[in-house]
Amino acid sequence: MEQANQVPKIVTSRIGLDESWGIKTYLATGGYTALRKALTSMTPEQVADEVSKSNLLGRGGAGFEVGRKWSMLKPAPVRYLVVNGDESEPATFKDHMLIENDPHQIVEGTLISAYAVGAARAFIFVRGEFALGLERLQAAVNEAYAYGAIGRNIFGSGFSVDLVVHPGAGAYICGEETALLESLEGKRGNPRIKPPYFPAVMGLYGEPTIVNNVESMSNIPWIVNNGGASFAALGVGRSTGTRIFALAGHVNRPGNYEVEMAKLTFRDLVDRPEYGGGMRLGRQVKAFIPGGVSAPWFGPDQLDMPLSQDDVAKAGSMLGSGSIVMMDDHTCMVRAAWRIAKFFWRESCGQCTPCREGSGWIEKMMRRIELGSGRESDLDLLMDACDNIAPGLTWPPQQTTICVLGPSIPSSVASAIRMFRDEFLVHIKEGGCPYE
Amino acid sequence: MGAFSPEMRERAESLVALYPERRSALIPLCHLAQEEAGYLTQPFMEEIAELTGTTPAEVYGTASFYDMLHTEPVGKYLVGVCTNIACLLQGGGELLEHAEQALGVAAGGTTDDEMFTLEEVECVAHCDKAPAVQVNYRFFGPLTGESFDNLIAKLRAGEYDGVVPPHGTLVRVRRENGIEVPLEEVFAERREMDRAKAERKAAAEAAKAKEGN
Ligand SMILES: Cc1cc2nc3c(=O)[nH]c(=O)nc-3n(C[C@H](O)[C@H](O)[C@H](O)COP(=O)(O)O)c2cc1C
Ligand code: SF4
Ligand code: FES
Repeated sequence: MEQANQVPKIVTSRIGLDESWGIKTYLATGGYTALRKALTSMTPEQVADEVSKSNLLGRGGAGFEVGRKWSMLKPAPVRYLVVNGDESEPATFKDHMLIENDPHQIVEGTLISAYAVGAARAFIFVRGEFALGLERLQAAVNEAYAYGAIGRNIFGSGFSVDLVVHPGAGAYICGEETALLESLEGKRGNPRIKPPYFPAVMGLYGEPTIVNNVESMSNIPWIVNNGGASFAALGVGRSTGTRIFALAGHVNRPGNYEVEMAKLTFRDLVDRPEYGGGMRLGRQVKAFIPGGVSAPWFGPDQLDMPLSQDDVAKAGSMLGSGSIVMMDDHTCMVRAAWRIAKFFWRESCGQCTPCREGSGWIEKMMRRIELGSGRESDLDLLMDACDNIAPGLTWPPQQTTICVLGPSIPSSVASAIRMFRDEFLVHIKEGGCPYE
Repeated sequence: MGAFSPEMRERAESLVALYPERRSALIPLCHLAQEEAGYLTQPFMEEIAELTGTTPAEVYGTASFYDMLHTEPVGKYLVGVCTNIACLLQGGGELLEHAEQALGVAAGGTTDDEMFTLEEVECVAHCDKAPAVQVNYRFFGPLTGESFDNLIAKLRAGEYDGVVPPHGTLVRVRRENGIEVPLEEVFAERREMDRAKAERKAAAEAAKAKEGN
């Protein structure tokens, strides 16, 4: 608490400023100084080195070190950089905020990264539904061209790169990096098989490609300006720097909060007046989802766990996309898990049988229980269906499918059955939802 | 005769020019067609195929994968009510039921006057303002039944005309630049960068070896 004021806002410093999305505000608050510094006084390796030193973990979901990913890029004359702004993980709304409110920071981070990895062209893939975000980002790119930050011979450094803002068209799966590349190539968003299609080896148009998340990119200008070591000095262990947590559900103040990694606990984030401000109507926490709907659920016992990637992983879940959903004691867990199951069923791309068929069966059984025609044997059948998608129901899950959407399906349903079996039985015995 | 008007055809061609491979423009071109016609008609799919070096079947097959691309007519306003987890917890399910009654159509349906198409949508990343509603991808929330009715009344009365463009117009800000550096030039530059990098590496190693001696 004492230190709270000293933790810098790394990615959200401009949120709330007047026209925070315009270049005027951006330049007045130190914008494009990092790009200038990188291009005119650092070699690409030096930039990549600072990013490695920062130990910045990717903010898109998998939490892979950004510097390490860059070092795995296969050398080739043609390399691409693609920024993932597809944010569609339910209850995640941080990238959306960054795209709408600080698009120049994303552009600057992208340009610096393009320099570090030697990309021939950079693309920012933005979820199609983000109409305002697409407008603000395109306007920012126009301004940056006019300012000389994009295009030929940037700031007289001899480095040139073009940047294209690419709109998606509505499909959750296009957030998965290889599906995103398919989509960017003008195809259906079907994930590719890895290996051989690791983007860093065989990505866009078959060329080595780096895919990084919008929030990951937003950290880069600060890291270049302040040094990787200053970033790594924040946080605990491998969880360095700050991170935006998107807090949603039954809290008094849902919203995006940038906090130092691993220093606060889930409870701090939920209860403190400057963050969640406590549970709505003073109610109790029944369960919460710590990292997007792909993550297994936690109960009130885990509220005192620090917001650290490794601690959460050890406890059998993940910080994932940085979204936290709080559910109070008036929530029907069957309905909540059913809705999440329905989401995966709607969004499965359909390539793999366990994912396509499993999601449909699970959705149907969950619906049947919620609407009152469930049978007691459904619970075992549900667990069996989950086990068929992710054998053993371990965490991290076993993968039987092309991408990890499949093994994410059981997370909610299996959590709900394990934690709230009685509640399922009440639905079945009473022939309906007791919360209606 | 093409489906795109001459002005739109020009925009279409400048979109194609942004990508190393033409097919990458397929989805942006589908958005453009929807901007002109409200949905993807057969003639537009044929012209997009011609522009991207694909077949109309490939355009249709690709478009049908994506929720935002419509191969059947939709209303002037596409109203999407989010019922995913954060919205569900704040009454999104009830709001959708209300919307179905207020508009007199089930989710997926279009009103008789072709003003509104109602959809149940997945998370639209406005979960802190749940339950969230989007109209032609412009966001409103948190909404109650009453404020939903208000919104519909205002849309009908044209009071949101400047804020919510008709369905199909997604991005009103146009790209002002083409590609400034042709890829061949960039490739030459990158080869030069790689050569310089190798030189720096060799020099560093030589210095190290010298130190070691
Ligand atoms: C089903 C699925 C959906 C995903 N959605 C997103 C997304 O919306 N945004 C994102 O940045 N990463 C998403 N990812 C993760 C990406 O595949 C990829 O790991 C990430 O963009 C890499 O960026 P980072 O290393 O900077 O985090 C998704 C992964 C899966 C399997
Ligand atoms: S796991 Fe599901 S979403 Fe992923 S490739 Fe297979 S079918 Fe598609
Ligand atoms: S869950 Fe409805 S906007 Fe995110």
